[in-house]
Amino acid sequence: MAEERRQKQCSVTLPTESMKAIAESIGVGQLQEESCTALSEEVSYRIKEIAQDALKFMHHGKRRKLTTSDIDNALKLKNVEPLYGFQSQEFIPFRFASGGGRELHFYEEKEVDLSDIINTPLPRVPLDVSLKAHWLSIDGTQPSIPENPPPVPKEQQKVESTEPLKVVKPGQEEDGSIQAKGQGAAQSDGKGKDKGLIRLKPRSTHELSVEQQLYYKEITEACVGSCEAKRAEALQSIATDPGLYQMLPRFSTFISEGVRVNVVQNNLALLIYLMRMVKALMDNPTLYLEKYLHELIPAVVTCIVSKQLCLRPDVDNHWALRDFAARLMAQSCKTFSTTTNNIQSRITKTFTKSWLDDKTQWTTRYGCIAGLAELGPDVIKTLILPRLTVEGARIKAVMEGPVISNIDKIGADHVQSLLLKHCASVIAKLRPQPDVVDQYRTDYGYLGPMLCSHVMKARTQAALQAQQVNRTTLTITQPRPTLTVSQSGLSGSTGPRTPSIIKVPSSLALMSQRPGTPSQPSPPATKYIVMATSSGAASTQQVITLSSSQSASPVTTSVHSATSALQPLVKLDSGGSTGLTASRPLQKYIVVSLPPSASSSLEPKSTVIPTPIPSASLDGGLKLERSDSPGVRTQSPH
Amino acid sequence: MRCHDFPKLELPVFSSAHAHFICKMAAVQGGLVDAVEEKTIKSEPVADATANNSANDARAPSSSPGSGVSPGVNKPAAGAAEDQQTLLAVLQFLRKNNLSESVEILRREAGLPEDSLDQKGGDSTGTGLGGPEADGRTDAGSLLSRVTVSSSAPSKAVAEDQPDVNVVLSAYSQQGDPALYEVYYSGLKKFIETVLDCHRAELSQVFYPLFVHMYLELVYNNHENKAKAFFEKFSGDQECYYQDDLRVLCSLTKKEHMRGNETLLDFRTSKFVLRISRDSYQLLKRHLQERQNNQIWNIIQEHLYIDIFDGMPRSKGQIDAMSGSLAGEAKREANKAKVYYGLLKEPEIELPLDDEDEEAENEEGKPKKKKPKKDNMGSKSKKQDPNAPSQTRIPLPELKDSDKLDKIMNMKEATKRIRLGPDNLPSICFYSFLNAYQGLTAVDLTDDSSLIAGGFADSTVRVWSVTPKKLRKVKSAADLNMIDKESDDVLERIMDEKTASESKILYGHSGPVYGISFSPDRNYLLSSSEDGTIRLWSLQTFTCLVGYKGHNYPVWDTQFSPHGYYFVSGGHDRVARLWATDHYQPLRMFSGHLADITCTRFHPNSNYVVTGSSDRTIRLWDVLNGNCVRIFTGHKGPIHALAFSPNGKFLASGATDGRVLLWDIGHGLMVGELKGHTDTIYSLRFSRDSEILASGSMDNTVRLWDATKAFDLETDDFTAATGHIHLQDNSQELLLGSYMTKSTPVIHLHFTRRNLLLAAGGYNP
Repeated sequence: MAEERRQKQCSVTLPTESMKAIAESIGVGQLQEESCTALSEEVSYRIKEIAQDALKFMHHGKRRKLTTSDIDNALKLKNVEPLYGFQSQEFIPFRFASGGGRELHFYEEKEVDLSDIINTPLPRVPLDVSLKAHWLSIDGTQPSIPENPPPVPKEQQKVESTEPLKVVKPGQEEDGSIQAKGQGAAQSDGKGKDKGLIRLKPRSTHELSVEQQLYYKEITEACVGSCEAKRAEALQSIATDPGLYQMLPRFSTFISEGVRVNVVQNNLALLIYLMRMVKALMDNPTLYLEKYLHELIPAVVTCIVSKQLCLRPDVDNHWALRDFAARLMAQSCKTFSTTTNNIQSRITKTFTKSWLDDKTQWTTRYGCIAGLAELGPDVIKTLILPRLTVEGARIKAVMEGPVISNIDKIGADHVQSLLLKHCASVIAKLRPQPDVVDQYRTDYGYLGPMLCSHVMKARTQAALQAQQVNRTTLTITQPRPTLTVSQSGLSGSTGPRTPSIIKVPSSLALMSQRPGTPSQPSPPATKYIVMATSSGAASTQQVITLSSSQSASPVTTSVHSATSALQPLVKLDSGGSTGLTASRPLQKYIVVSLPPSASSSLEPKSTVIPTPIPSASLDGGLKLERSDSPGVRTQSPH
Repeated sequence: MRCHDFPKLELPVFSSAHAHFICKMAAVQGGLVDAVEEKTIKSEPVADATANNSANDARAPSSSPGSGVSPGVNKPAAGAAEDQQTLLAVLQFLRKNNLSESVEILRREAGLPEDSLDQKGGDSTGTGLGGPEADGRTDAGSLLSRVTVSSSAPSKAVAEDQPDVNVVLSAYSQQGDPALYEVYYSGLKKFIETVLDCHRAELSQVFYPLFVHMYLELVYNNHENKAKAFFEKFSGDQECYYQDDLRVLCSLTKKEHMRGNETLLDFRTSKFVLRISRDSYQLLKRHLQERQNNQIWNIIQEHLYIDIFDGMPRSKGQIDAMSGSLAGEAKREANKAKVYYGLLKEPEIELPLDDEDEEAENEEGKPKKKKPKKDNMGSKSKKQDPNAPSQTRIPLPELKDSDKLDKIMNMKEATKRIRLGPDNLPSICFYSFLNAYQGLTAVDLTDDSSLIAGGFADSTVRVWSVTPKKLRKVKSAADLNMIDKESDDVLERIMDEKTASESKILYGHSGPVYGISFSPDRNYLLSSSEDGTIRLWSLQTFTCLVGYKGHNYPVWDTQFSPHGYYFVSGGHDRVARLWATDHYQPLRMFSGHLADITCTRFHPNSNYVVTGSSDRTIRLWDVLNGNCVRIFTGHKGPIHALAFSPNGKFLASGATDGRVLLWDIGHGLMVGELKGHTDTIYSLRFSRDSEILASGSMDNTVRLWDATKAFDLETDDFTAATGHIHLQDNSQELLLGSYMTKSTPVIHLHFTRRNLLLAAGGYNP
C-alpha cells in the first residue's frame, strides 16, 4: 500500500485544464496544450517545494496544523512576495461550479457593504496569553484534576463497554492498571461464551479512596439537597470533572434507586433533581455511560411515562419533567444506540405500544408522545402523524364531551399542545405551501384547523429567522444556510440540543429533608415547578426499525395514581427575568422560555436563575411557552 | 554581495588548509590529487559562465578550516573530509574575482602539506564582510586573538556555492543508455539478493545512494519518462526512513528543477558515506568488474565514499541503527578527535561566614555538610579531571559578585536536592500557556526557575515571573539621577515600583520567535526569529539591546553558554554561529550541515557546541578552533531536541521520528535508543544528578527514563574501535513514567535545582 501511495506522489500534477482556467482568468486566451503541460509540471513542482518549506515552519512553530502564515514564510524564504491579507478563518473559501461541460473551482469575492461592517458590534477581544501552573504528577502519580486528562480516556471506556474482550489481552493484567480490567459485569456475560475456552472475567473493582468517598457523599447530598447554589455547583462538577470514572457505578445506582423510590412517593422535586444528575453525567465529556444504561434508561423512561409523578397532578407541572426526561432519552438514544443494543428501536416500540393502548392514562400518553417526538422529525413523520386523526378524536371526546374529570381535561389539553408543537414544523416541511384549513381538517381531523394555523406560523417564523440570520451574522465569505438561530451569537451557550430547565428556587419551608436519602417524601411540592422549553430538534435521526426481537420493558410504572380534583394552578416563571447571582456554572440552566417576541428573549442569555415570580402573574407564562414553541421549533437546522 | 573585495592577505588560509586536507586524503584514498587537478581545469569555463556567484554568499560560509593558535589542539580532525570540489570552488572564486596570482599560488601549493598555520583570516571569508581584522580584531583583546572562523567539513562549503551547480551537475553528463539503467539496477539487486546472508545487509546499503544518483542522472539527461519509470519501479525498495528525501526526489522531474534544489545539491556534492566490511566490498567490486558494469561502478567511484573496515560484516540491525542521515553514516575518522568532555573546575567561592552561622542556627548539621563539600571541591581542583579542558582553553568571563552569590544559592539548594531514581520519581509541575492560539513557539526557564519566557508566532516575547517577585523596570535616566547612590539599598531604589507586573512583553521581532534563552545571570534574554535576527534583551529595562544580524534566513534556535557571554545560533542557512554578546559579528561559523540547523546547545564546559539538523545528523563543534569533532548519525528525522548530561559525558537527542538516542561523547558512539514517543520530541532534559532523563513531545506526553541504567553499559574495545554498536531494545524497562497532558504539546522541560521537573507548553483546545 505504501508503494502505491508513493507512486501516486510521484505522478501528481495539476491538470492542464487548471492552467487554462487560470490563464483565462488573467486574460490570456488561447494557451497551447504543450505550454499548459509544461506549466502545470513546473507549477506542481514549485507548489510541492513551497509546501515542503512550509512544513518546516510548522514543525518549528510546534504545531500539527499547517497555517497560511507557514506558507507565507515559505514564500518569503524563496524571495517571493507572500500573499498579504489572506487569512482564512474557518475554511478555504473555494466554491465549485460546473457548467458547459467544465468544472471550476474559484473563490468567491463577495461585495461587502461597509456600513454593515461598521454597524456590526465588534467581536470580543480575544483573551490575552496567560500562564497557569498545575501538577502533572506528584511523586510519580498523576492526580486526577480537571487540568489533567481523564485517567481512562473516553475512547477506552467505549471500547471496554462495546467490545469487552478486546481490552483485556492476555498478559495485560500484569500492568496493574485497574481501569483496563474494569469490565462491566453486565456486558461481559454474553460474549464470554463465544470463545471455546472458559475465561473468567477479572472482577471489576471500583474502589474509592477516602477522598472520593467524601466527594461522592458531598455531591449526592448537594444534588438532592435544599441549597440550590450547592446543587448547581455539584451538577457542574459532575458535568466537568474528569475523574469520576470510578464513581460511575455508584452514581447510576443512586439515580436508579432514587427514581424507583420517589416515583412511588410522588416526589416530583427529587425526580427532577435526579434527572438533572443524569443530564450532568451525560454532559461530562470524559464519561462513557453505555455500561450503566441498564440502570439509567429505566429511570429516565419512568420519568417520562409514569402515570403519576407528583402528589397533585392537576396542579404540579410534571409535564416539564416528562419533556426534560424525553429529551434525555432522545439524547442517549442518539449517543448510545447501536445495532447490537437497538436502544432506539426498543424505546420506540415501548412508547408506541403504550400509546396505542386505549386504556392508557393521559399522563402516560403525553409521555409517550413526548418521548417519540424528541427522537426527531423522522419518528414524528412515521409514527405520530398517521395517528393524529385518532388522537384528535380522543382529545375532542374529552374537551367537548361531558366533563368527566379535570385531570383528564388537563391531560388532553397538554397532549394537544404537545402534538401541535411537534407536528407543526414537520408538517411545514412535508406539505406544499397553500395551507388550507379544510384540507387539514380532512387530513388530520379534529386537530386539523389548529395544526394549520401552527404550520402557517411556523413558516412565517422560519422565513423571518432566515432573514435575521442573514442580516446579523456578517460572514464575509458566505452565509451558511444552516446557521442555527443565534442572532446575538450568545444564546447557544450549551450546544445545540440542551434540554434546559428552569426552576424556581424553593421557598424556605420546602427542602427540609436530609440529603442523601432521596426516598424521603417531600412536603407538598407546590412551589417546585419546572418548565422547560424546547430548543431545536435534531434532524439527524435514523429511521426507526421496529423489527427488534424483544421489546424491552424497562419502564417501572408501578405507581398508584391519586387523582384529586383540584383547581389547576400553574405557577410558572416568565423568561427574561433578571439574573441574580451570575455565577457561571448556572448558565447551563438557561432557559428559552420566551416572552412574546422571540428575538428579544434570546438576548438576555444572562438569565441565570430566574427569580420566583408571584403566582398570580404566572398563568400567562405557560401559555406563552406553548404558543411560542412552534416558532422555536423551526430553528432546527435543516 | 559581500565578499568581492577578497583580501589577498587571506590566501594562504585557503591554500595551506586545502593542501593539508588533500594531503590527508591522499593518504587515505590515494591518487586523488591528480584527479583534482584535472577536474579543476576541466570545469573552469563552466564555472565562469555562472554569474550568480555572490548572490548566494549569504549562505556561503567559509570553506577554510582555519585553525587556532594552539597547534597542539589543532589536530586536523576533519582532515578526513575532503573533496576535490572544495578546491574547485575556491579556485573558481578566486578566478572570478580576478585574483589570478592567488590561483597560481593555490595551484602550486595544492600538493604541499603545511601544518602550522597561524593566520586568523578565515573570518573574512566566513562573514564575508571583507577584512574584519581592521574592525573586528583590533579591539577584541585576547579573546579575539583566537578568533577564526572555520568549517571542519570543507566538502560542504561547496554545496552552498551556487556557482558550482553546473560543475556539480555536469558530472551527470556522462551518458549511459537510459534504457539500461533499470537493467543495471535490477542486475545489482539480483546479485545482492543472492549473496551470502552475512553480506546482504551491508551491500544493501548501496541501493539507496545508487538509486538516487541513477535517477538524477536520468533526469539530468532529459530522460524524463525513463526516470519516472525507474523511480516507480524501484522507489518501493528503499528503506522507509528515506521517504522524506524520496518525496523531494520524486517531485523533481526536470533538469531545470535541479538547479536551486538544495536537497539535490547536497546529494551531489557530499559523498554518501557507507561503512562496509572489506569482504563485502571485495564481493561487490568483483561482481561489478566481472559484469563490466561501468555505469554503477562509476557512480560508486564518484559519488560514494566507502569506508572499509576489517572484521565481521555488520548485521541489518546494526546498520539500521546508524543509517538514516541525508549523507550516509559518519566516517570513522570524523569521530576520532579527542573531546574534552569533562567539566571545568568550579571556581572556589568562600561562603560568607555570617551566612554559615545563620544556617548553623537554622539547621544543625548543615554546616558540617557544607564544609566537606567545599573541601571536595578543593580536592577536585587539585586533581584535574583528565577529560576536562584546561581552564583557560576558552576565555570565560570573570565571575561577578552576583554570580558568586548565585553559585552559593545553587549549592545551598543542591543540599536540599531530592535524589531521584526509579523508585523516587520527580514531581512534575506543568505551566500551560493559555489562549496562545497555537502561537507558542519557544519557551525557556532561568536556571533558578524564577522566570519563564515564551516566544510567540506573533513576534512577541513575553516574560513571566513565576515567583511572587514582580518584574520591575529600572527607572528612567532622569529619575536615576535623583537617587542617592550611596545608600545601601541603591539596587532596590533604582527599580521603578510603578512598573511592577507579573509579565512583560518584548516587542521588536518581525517574525515568529523560534528560539529563546536566558543568560545564566538572568540579566539578559536572547531570542531568535524568522526575521533572521537574534535579539538581546535586557531584563532590567525590558528593552532590546542588540540585534545580531548575520543569518539572512530564519534562525531556528539560539542558546547562551552556561558561563554567559557567548551564545550560539543556527538556522535555515545551515551555518551555526558563535557570538559574544559584545560583538556584532560572529566569532565562529560552524558549517558542515547539509540542511537547516534546527537546534543548538552548549556543552556544560562551554568548550563545545552541539547542533542538530534536518539532515538528520548531530555535529559537535569545538569552540576553540571551529572544528567538527563528532558526527552522530542514526536519527531518521530532523532533530528537534538535544541535551547534555550534567556531567558532560553524554548527549541525548530527540527527533521527529519520536525516538530519543543517547550518545557517548568521548567514544563517539551511540549507546542507547529510547522508543515510546509517537510524535516529534521537542524537549529533553537530564535531572541535576543525571539519574533521570525527561522527554517532552508533540504527542502530549512527558516521559521519564532511567538514565543511570541507560548509560550503564560496558563498551568493549572492539566496539570502541569499529563503532559497531549493539543496542538491545530495552526501552520499556527504561521507561519509568509517562504522563499525558490535556492536549498540550510539551515543548520545554526544566529541572529545578531541587530536582522538581517543570514542563511547559501551549494548550490547544
